[in-house]
Amino acid sequence: MATEVLMPALSPTMEEGTLAKWLVKEGDAVKSGQILAEIETDKATMEFEAVDEGIIGKLLIAEGTAGVKVNTPIAVLVEDGESVSDTPAPKVAEAVAPAAEAPASVPAKAADPAPAPAVVAKGWPHADLPEGPTKTMTVREALREAMAEEMRADPTVFLMGEEVGEYQGAYKISQGLLDEFGAKRVVDTPITEHGFAGIAVGASWGGLRPIVEFMTFNFAMQAIDHIINSAAKTLYMSGGQMGSPMVFRGPNGAAARVGAQHSQDYAAWYAAIPGLKVCMPYSAADAKGLLKSAIRDPNPVIFLENEILYGRSFEVPTDPDFTIPFGKASIMREGSDVTIVSFGIGVAHALAAAEELAKDGINAEVINLRTLRPIDYDTVLASVQKTNRCVTVEEGFPVGSIGDHLASTIMQRAFDYLDAPVITCTGKDVPMPYAANLEKFALITPAEIATAVKSVCYR
Amino acid sequence: MAAKKPAERPNASKEELLKYYREMLLIRRFEEKAGQLYGMGLIGGFCHLYIGQEAVVVGLEAAAKEGDKRVTSYRDHGHMLACGMDPKGVMAELTGRIGGYSKGKGGSMHMFSKEKHFYGGHGIVGAQVPLGAGLAFADKYQGNDNVTFTYFGDGAANQGQVYETYNMAQLWNLPVIFVIENNGYAMGTSVKRSTKSPSLWERGAAYGIKGEAVDGMDVLAVKAAGEKAVAACRAGEGPYILEMMTYRYRGHSMSDPAKYRTREEVEKMRSEKDAIEHVRDLLLQGGLATDDDLKAIDKEIKAQVNESAEFSKDSPEPPVEELWTDIYA
Repeated sequence: MATEVLMPALSPTMEEGTLAKWLVKEGDAVKSGQILAEIETDKATMEFEAVDEGIIGKLLIAEGTAGVKVNTPIAVLVEDGESVSDTPAPKVAEAVAPAAEAPASVPAKAADPAPAPAVVAKGWPHADLPEGPTKTMTVREALREAMAEEMRADPTVFLMGEEVGEYQGAYKISQGLLDEFGAKRVVDTPITEHGFAGIAVGASWGGLRPIVEFMTFNFAMQAIDHIINSAAKTLYMSGGQMGSPMVFRGPNGAAARVGAQHSQDYAAWYAAIPGLKVCMPYSAADAKGLLKSAIRDPNPVIFLENEILYGRSFEVPTDPDFTIPFGKASIMREGSDVTIVSFGIGVAHALAAAEELAKDGINAEVINLRTLRPIDYDTVLASVQKTNRCVTVEEGFPVGSIGDHLASTIMQRAFDYLDAPVITCTGKDVPMPYAANLEKFALITPAEIATAVKSVCYR
Repeated sequence: MAAKKPAERPNASKEELLKYYREMLLIRRFEEKAGQLYGMGLIGGFCHLYIGQEAVVVGLEAAAKEGDKRVTSYRDHGHMLACGMDPKGVMAELTGRIGGYSKGKGGSMHMFSKEKHFYGGHGIVGAQVPLGAGLAFADKYQGNDNVTFTYFGDGAANQGQVYETYNMAQLWNLPVIFVIENNGYAMGTSVKRSTKSPSLWERGAAYGIKGEAVDGMDVLAVKAAGEKAVAACRAGEGPYILEMMTYRYRGHSMSDPAKYRTREEVEKMRSEKDAIEHVRDLLLQGGLATDDDLKAIDKEIKAQVNESAEFSKDSPEPPVEELWTDIYA
């Protein structure tokens, strides 16, 4: 009986990969555990092992093929004495990506009314970009380039965190930085967030500009005392004598199927703290422009990235002086009927919802806040004064959300302009479940946003 | 009264001894005055006095050079005076006035002086330990030979972040001196009731850090140990731990009735081990100073402390606009 060998998912967020190299050829006998191929994900090159014994009957995907979707058959394994022709041709369509296997944020079923695009980028409005040439790059590359440029410009900037150096970054953000800047400036730490966050704050008082990478912001919970009590409050407590010029960065929010302790959006928590600045980029341009501003900022900056966005591509200005100022939202899509305010990955959902709503004749304006402390209230209020309706979108928990804060601000400052109550779309009020179907329900979706928009439009 | 320790032949000059006497006395009189002002309602909140522990900071400051840094917990007044911060600015911070080091916005537990390389004044037990190692990290990165004195108590010595820091400080060979001020009590919990470790400095051995216990009531012993630690640190040998065996005469804070220890225990330490009396004896019995010489110093210190108290009362409260400044640089 022939067995299909499927393209494996080698990380929680992997959707496709490159079949870099076959290490076996047709007719080879393979044992369980033998390395069959090298597969490149967006993070690393991984060795792919055989599960079953058998003979390689056929290699279905040539080496060097990029963009091979997870679960695509890549080879056929036959038993001794059997030939490939004895078995029916693999039915590719059936094999590809059963819904339960796909990351929840990228619904695989065609029936889903508004899937978030797997690779966004081209085609989305870029009203937020300055005039001038751009190049296409992933969020991951943009973050790396921002750090490298700032490290070249300022010798006091250094990066520290778990696996940032020799491993080249748990999510490959810091890939290559150790080679360029050396171990003095790309510092691998033990797994000890509380301790190294405190050391970094002390180093910032001693004249350096640390960038602290948390493998995820979930782990920064171990370090939150230093982020808030030591970094955020010292300028005030010292009467202005000394502050903490530094960046705490890393992925935040849900990835895919990593469960409750690895899937939380901390935006509203950090945005509540005076003394901190808080960025949450959506696009690669946001990532680069905001991270450069964050590294140069004389205050402690929380920089909330998103693992699912790391691999997505966008246009980024090539101007080496390109930065994005804090407190300046970007209008991603102009519209007249309703204002959708979001940040981070929520912007992708909001844009997807806006495209669907346009088919129903609802013209939504989508605002990407980009920074949550400071918040660009003026852009939000001006938009609401134009559209008279507002829906906020975020992945975090509902109680004490950024949306709650915006809703109260809009109520206090633009009450007379509102034609409907503000609806806050958030993640559900539950710890993140592991089961694929439940995780999907827990996360905010474009469909929910569209429903909320129709509600405030009384449609 | 119990017999005093006989005066040994001091391994220090007259000038040095007079300097230590003066500095320790300043801390003691300052703290007594702070206690008074607290009683009068001029100082609010928490106020942790350093009385009894003076030899630790004075001895270690004698081993420091310009550029060295220091960071400590909330029991910080002594450290600030010992590193040369102005008593007026410290006292005015205690009273919450604009003339205070933090313009009245920090208070007793949160005070800083960039000029004197004093990096606080931290209210979270143990937090100053990685912060101090971070200051040392910056010095090493910049390639100078400064060291950072990172003070913490026997209570903080049980915090996990202390050991995270030990690990990294030794791994990265940081020029940091961990000074455990073991005054016997973490608030009301004696060392014996909080750990089975026979000593606190020896825990550094698990990370390969050298250290020793020191008579923290003897300023000369403190200075000698400090010099040894500083020399090792400056020579690039990495961190060093000094466990200062000391004692606080007052409660944990002004509101602590100190029922967890006997009056006799406190009296015994005061009469047999007092750091200031020790230096006084060395000066008098060694014929290095007369009673009148020391009385003159006492008078001078008293005047200086009174001046700081007056300043702290006369300095105005911070203007309301200060509420909104220094949040962002």
